[in-house]
Amino acid sequence: MGDTKRSAGRGSRLLGNRAVLVSTTSTILFFIAVAVVVALAPGSDIVGERFLNWVHLKQSLLGTATAPSVAEAFLLNVRMFMIAEAIILVLALVIALVRGVPGPVFFPFRAVAVVYTDIFRGVPLILVLYMIGFGVPGLGLGYVSTRSDITYGIIALVLVYSAYVAEVYRAGIDSVHQSQTAAARSLGLSRWQSMRFVVLPQAVRRVIPPLLNDFIGLQKDTALVSVLGSIEAARAAQIYGAEQFNYSAYVVAALLFVLVTIPLARFTDHLIARDRRRREAGGAAPGALGTAAGAPHDVPGAIG
Amino acid sequence: MTEMAHALRVQNLSKSFNDNSVLRGISLDVATHEVVCLIGASGSGKSTLLRCINLLEPVNAGRIWLGDEEITRAGIDEDRVRQRIGIVFQAFNLFPHMTVLRNITLGPREALGLSRSEADERARGLLERFGLSEKSDDYPDRLSGGQQQRVAIVRALAMDPELILLDEVTSALDPELIAEVLNLIRELAGRGMTMVIATHEMSFARDIADRVCFLDEGVIAEAGPPDQIFTAPSHPRTQRFLQRIIAAGRM
Ligand SMILES: Nc1ncnc2c1ncn2[C@@H]1O[C@H](COP(=O)(O)OP(=O)(O)O)[C@@H](O)[C@H]1O
Ligand SMILES: [Mg+2]
Repeated sequence: MGDTKRSAGRGSRLLGNRAVLVSTTSTILFFIAVAVVVALAPGSDIVGERFLNWVHLKQSLLGTATAPSVAEAFLLNVRMFMIAEAIILVLALVIALVRGVPGPVFFPFRAVAVVYTDIFRGVPLILVLYMIGFGVPGLGLGYVSTRSDITYGIIALVLVYSAYVAEVYRAGIDSVHQSQTAAARSLGLSRWQSMRFVVLPQAVRRVIPPLLNDFIGLQKDTALVSVLGSIEAARAAQIYGAEQFNYSAYVVAALLFVLVTIPLARFTDHLIARDRRRREAGGAAPGALGTAAGAPHDVPGAIG
Repeated sequence: MTEMAHALRVQNLSKSFNDNSVLRGISLDVATHEVVCLIGASGSGKSTLLRCINLLEPVNAGRIWLGDEEITRAGIDEDRVRQRIGIVFQAFNLFPHMTVLRNITLGPREALGLSRSEADERARGLLERFGLSEKSDDYPDRLSGGQQQRVAIVRALAMDPELILLDEVTSALDPELIAEVLNLIRELAGRGMTMVIATHEMSFARDIADRVCFLDEGVIAEAGPPDQIFTAPSHPRTQRFLQRIIAAGRM
């Protein structure tokens, strides 16, 4: 069984190679066509000079004596989204769990979680940035009011995106059938143990794709923190452009953002494809392949 | 007459879902080592009764004792009670993200606080005893339905329960897989496990039960030894139910 599976995999990879060849050829032809059309357009020389000037591309990437390096500025974006994502993963989970805690005693906590997600999903990120970035320093609260723009930026990102990600988690938790909880509770596990060992592992696995999707959005939105004055990639490109009257720096910044989102996007696709394969293979979980060759597959669809 | 040790006592139990009165005054005593089969039409309340006994459903009225402890009293530690009662569901409800071994050791480790090696040893012993040794590292969906249900029973046994509740554990199985599960239950009965079994397998019930209870519209309409219930039912509704079963070729 393992053999047929492996050779089937090889077969589809061969097919995949041919598809890659076809798609590469068609992509090249497509871009040649676009280039020809652009080159023939009346303003093409000006556009090429303004957006794709090799000297400016390189200079903006590395920085000049007066303009910051876009590449270096982009490291700030990376730092912001890495810190924000780590915090969001945890905070959003806490919000989702609080929303699901039963019992009248916990009503105020549930209410806070609901109000929180409603507000921060509704308010545009840029307004949250203004309110945190300009409002909190204005409060004169000592330590709290004297943090850097970057810190306020990260806080705003965390506030907004945690609301989204909490909803993603909640959808995942709801998607685990209640018979799984019943089975866990019937073993004498507490509510929290059932959540931790039985529901959450299944829920998180299911929501990884939408969760990574939200993170791609977050990575782009780090550019908005520039409204607080931080010199991240988009702002650095703007400074360069204003100084040199050339927009190649924007292209550089755009490419850098794409460069970090593409791996994440492909990774998301990979996970989705793996999940689909797993379902189609009768739901073999990772690590189970190969150890159970020959086991019958007549699984009734009754499991959670 | 000797004093009988009761594993379970249910007294005047009532349960309704909104306006739907599902259990209407159920009383049932189960002696230690006794096997009681619950029979009755679909919707008569068999599953609800088992779920109430396991405290998975709150009851509206009535009392339940496990051993000599009342488990329906206010402030009872429900988790502790459930650790003492095993329940096996029609749909197996194994945890799909865990191996067979982990499915079985989860309860002993997290609820009973056994060490990993103790729990593993106990689980492997049980798997061995029921011919499932090679499956211990597989994920549930690589197993046949019959194997999954046997694992679910082993999972309940690993908690070393005082009482096991089985809720139509063969109803989701292909016919050729039913026997392996029923044989396992027979072995448990032979070893003196106290069990309450909701089932549609009438010949199995007749074979294994010390007592059969016929549930009808939320009450136990008739109870007695299997020979009496199956050959000379006194209640007209029991007679009609059994006639329907025979007509359907299920006995
Ligand atoms: N969670 C529930 N909510 C509402 N009604 C329920 C629920 N569980 C069971 N019932 C109702 O209780 C009645 C008895 O169901 P059940 O105990 O499953 O019967 P049985 O197991 O004998 O087929 C049915 O009418 C069913 O619709
Ligand atoms: Mg039922």
